[in-house]
Amino acid sequence: MGKQKISSKGAQNSCCTIATLWWFYLVAACIKVLLFPSYRSTDFEVHRNWLAVTHSLPLSQWYFDETSPWTLDYPPFFAHFEHFLSMFAHFIDPKIVHLQEGLNYSANTVVYFQRGTVILSDLCLLYGVYRLTRNLDSRKQKLIWLLTIWSPMLFIVDHVHFQYNGFLIGILLISLSYLEEGRDLLGGFFFAVLLCFKHLFAVAAPVYFVYLLRHYCRGGIGRGFTRLLIMGGMVAAVFAVAFGPFFHLGQIQQVIRRLFPFGRGLCHAYWAPNFWVFYIMSDKGLAFILRRLGFNIQTPTATFTAGLVGDSSPFSVLPQVAPLVTFMMVLLALSPCLLKAWKDPQPQMITRWVAYAYTCGFLFGWHVHEKASLHFVIPLAIVAVQTLEDAKHYFLLSIVSCYSLFPLLFEAQEYPIKVLLLLLHSILMWSAFSAQFPDGAETARAPTSHHYTEKKVDRHESKGGFVIGWIERLYLVGLVTVEIWGQFLHPLVLGDKLAFAPLMLISIYCAFVIMYSWILQLTSIVKSL
Amino acid sequence: MVKGNKTSSDTVSVVDGDGDQGCFWWWLVHKGTTTTFLIVGLFALLVRAAVSLHPYSGFANPPKFGDYEAQRHWMEITINLPIQEWYRNSTRNDLSYWGLDYPPLTAYQSFIHGLLLRFFHPASVSLFTSRGHESYLGKLLMRWTVLSSDLLILFPAVLYFVIVHYGQPSRSRKSDIGWHIAMLLLNPCLILIDHGHFQYNCISLGFTIGAVAGVLSGMDVVACVLYCLALNHKQMSAYFAPAFFSHLLGKCFRRKHPLLEVSKLGFYVLGTFAVVWWPYLYSKDSFLEVLSRLAPFERGIFEDYVANFWCASSIIIKWKRLFTSESLRLLSLIATVITCLPSMIQQIKSPSNRGFLYGLLNCSFAFYMFSFQVHEKSILLPLLPASLLAMEEPFIFRWFMQFAMLSMFPLICRDGLIVPYLALLALFILIFDAPGQERVKESNYFYNYLGATTVRLVLFCYFILHIVYLTMNPPEKYPFLFEAIIMNVCFSQFVLVNLGCNIKQWVLNKPTKLEVDKKFI
Repeated sequence: MGKQKISSKGAQNSCCTIATLWWFYLVAACIKVLLFPSYRSTDFEVHRNWLAVTHSLPLSQWYFDETSPWTLDYPPFFAHFEHFLSMFAHFIDPKIVHLQEGLNYSANTVVYFQRGTVILSDLCLLYGVYRLTRNLDSRKQKLIWLLTIWSPMLFIVDHVHFQYNGFLIGILLISLSYLEEGRDLLGGFFFAVLLCFKHLFAVAAPVYFVYLLRHYCRGGIGRGFTRLLIMGGMVAAVFAVAFGPFFHLGQIQQVIRRLFPFGRGLCHAYWAPNFWVFYIMSDKGLAFILRRLGFNIQTPTATFTAGLVGDSSPFSVLPQVAPLVTFMMVLLALSPCLLKAWKDPQPQMITRWVAYAYTCGFLFGWHVHEKASLHFVIPLAIVAVQTLEDAKHYFLLSIVSCYSLFPLLFEAQEYPIKVLLLLLHSILMWSAFSAQFPDGAETARAPTSHHYTEKKVDRHESKGGFVIGWIERLYLVGLVTVEIWGQFLHPLVLGDKLAFAPLMLISIYCAFVIMYSWILQLTSIVKSL
Repeated sequence: MVKGNKTSSDTVSVVDGDGDQGCFWWWLVHKGTTTTFLIVGLFALLVRAAVSLHPYSGFANPPKFGDYEAQRHWMEITINLPIQEWYRNSTRNDLSYWGLDYPPLTAYQSFIHGLLLRFFHPASVSLFTSRGHESYLGKLLMRWTVLSSDLLILFPAVLYFVIVHYGQPSRSRKSDIGWHIAMLLLNPCLILIDHGHFQYNCISLGFTIGAVAGVLSGMDVVACVLYCLALNHKQMSAYFAPAFFSHLLGKCFRRKHPLLEVSKLGFYVLGTFAVVWWPYLYSKDSFLEVLSRLAPFERGIFEDYVANFWCASSIIIKWKRLFTSESLRLLSLIATVITCLPSMIQQIKSPSNRGFLYGLLNCSFAFYMFSFQVHEKSILLPLLPASLLAMEEPFIFRWFMQFAMLSMFPLICRDGLIVPYLALLALFILIFDAPGQERVKESNYFYNYLGATTVRLVLFCYFILHIVYLTMNPPEKYPFLFEAIIMNVCFSQFVLVNLGCNIKQWVLNKPTKLEVDKKFI
């Protein structure tokens, strides 16, 4: 009887939960709609061109078309996704999908349509978040929704700059939710699908491989081997569906050439705040010192500061970095995590591990975009609510990685928007985390029922509440200083000279926290039992 | 481990399900009113900044452009001409082209903003050559002046009001306060007009909220000064004058020396006016010159399509043809005074804080309905007290807001602001009905009076009207058919709201049946 009552209450509650989730999504959607006329990067035209390519050309020419410089360079599933969207685009305005006439088309129809598709495709993220959080208590749920659905980084990258990251990360979260539930086959399936949408997510593939091998294919040699075959067959089937047609047409080489464009430099034009920033800076520092000491140091032909990227040698003292070196470094950084996954594949650790893998890829990878920080910041939000340390770590990390996206929106019009997004996110996060992890004094005042208060005291009395340490505070003050310097003082003091310096400063300053976060994640993974 | 998790989640869900309102929004409101205000305020600023990306009135529409050009032109005039010439027609100041027709405080505000524009972008405010100036930076700077005015005047005023109105709140009410702050700061009509269409209503409305808070906190002098500032920024703030006057008069009568109190307030009012008008007080002519600019009597009784009495009834009675302008002026004055009287009398008889808020609503409504030269944006004035009363009258507030939005819809369409209109309307409804609260279904005489079916029917018509207006062309014989329908629908709802609030104001003093019952228990 009592159980029945609880279950009916649970049903009512889950209905209420879904309504709340929708509420979060819709409020965000309203803001996204308001952002329709904001600045959009060339990525907007890239995706419009892909709509046109997939709509007007047969499959066999998708990866050959060069009408626009923005050729199709995502895996086939994404091309199919664009093809699906282009049917609606054609219905709304045929010019959008016209290969030649549509070039740089910027009427309201195309802007509203494309921005609308990003908002709708965020439903995938919504579902992923829902699946991951549906068994948590309602406070944690709300906290995670707050951090993911209202993530300022997604607003900046997807809804102003223009990309479909919310959709792709949604698929990743769905996959993670299946893994956490122990339904490994489906988890692997969704990850394979994700790879066929965007191959950059492959950084986490080693973790997936080791985890699935040890968790799914366990239980004796015979059973394990059967399961390995099942999993392998399924992944192969997904890839066959995606790449098979191109293989059949004999175009697989062209597709691969498009997907992995060699000849790009180590760093993107604006340096992502990763390990290589330190490498470049120490190279410059060493060159400067050695020159002072009388050595004859050649100035590199292609400089990073000019924003140029290419194969040419940009380093004057330190050894050149080949793509293979970065690949090895990523693997090396991943190895402790792989070892853990091998020894003890726990479902509740998989989100952490995958986030860690993307962190490694971001820190040591070849030609990393600053936007790639989304790949680990969003999954880490799921982890952030678990312990106080995670929350503190996430607080700093998400502020800094959001700040490192600021150079993406360089026009004055969006300046208040990006600053307000970050401020709002920080203060919401601070308020929510300190509600989730109250200190002793606050717990006593908590207005909830008795059970709850007691439980809270048990859990957190020893640890203290959510307080930002003085080093973090100092760092955040420094962040504000960096911003003020770059935006206002630099142009006033130095004028147009060293125009690249503020951006450099931002990436160096942010790189510290990303490194720090990497170390924290690494230690927490190594320490975990 | 897993089991433990499950039980804990059950406990929490039960706690949540018990209707503890404080719990649902705990993460937002637990730090106290100021932090909640900060969060909601930042969100409101974000919404404003996003709306300001959209076009403004008269965008790329020469030769007269729109309100944006008017405001820019005032900046151009005020920073390039001596203060005495601002309101005077001359070769340098052509009053027929967006001449300054707001009181001096608006002119000073234009002057300050003009200085700012001149510093960053001199071409946008240079005399003569900048007419119809439109540029990326110009738009941006103009938008930022509105944003900063909003931040500097409306936001602190709302905080002042909330602190005064709620005092030391009990915990369960914390989320209610957060909700009310959101309702005040996310007023979609105000955001659309100020940050979309382009005006500075936030300044005069902000001063008015400050004045209301002053009255509520018993600081009548502060209230007087702030209200005079509002009045000197936009003469339309006079819509609130009867309410302020009657409430303060009623209060003074109840003190020891009524005459002294009244003259003290009068002194402050006159003093504020004298300070603001000082540059024009050197001669009678210059004073009258300014004054004549403020009175828009040369214009008609209403403009375009307004959901007020004159416009709605003009379908049957052609007021403009039947009467001369003078008699219409008299007629509108009499009608306004008569509709204001009940709430004024109530406040003089028994002034109370809640009664004062209702009085504000009723008086401003009376002006909107019956006064001379009303335009559709004037609905912002009655909306303000309605939003102050949002906690007491949630249903009326929502009803009123929806139809106020509809009444501005044709204007918004002309400005090309349909997308922010729809987004803001959706956002308003979402935040109004935010999960974790049960407000609307409680005590609602208005809702009960209308009945659930009628409410749904009207809402259905409401959405149909939007769609029809956007998609269909009116018949050639009646090109303004849809506007007329929209206005009449809005007018009928406004009349209902107005009647309801007038009655409510009068029954305020009588204890309701519920309260009587409680006393006996």
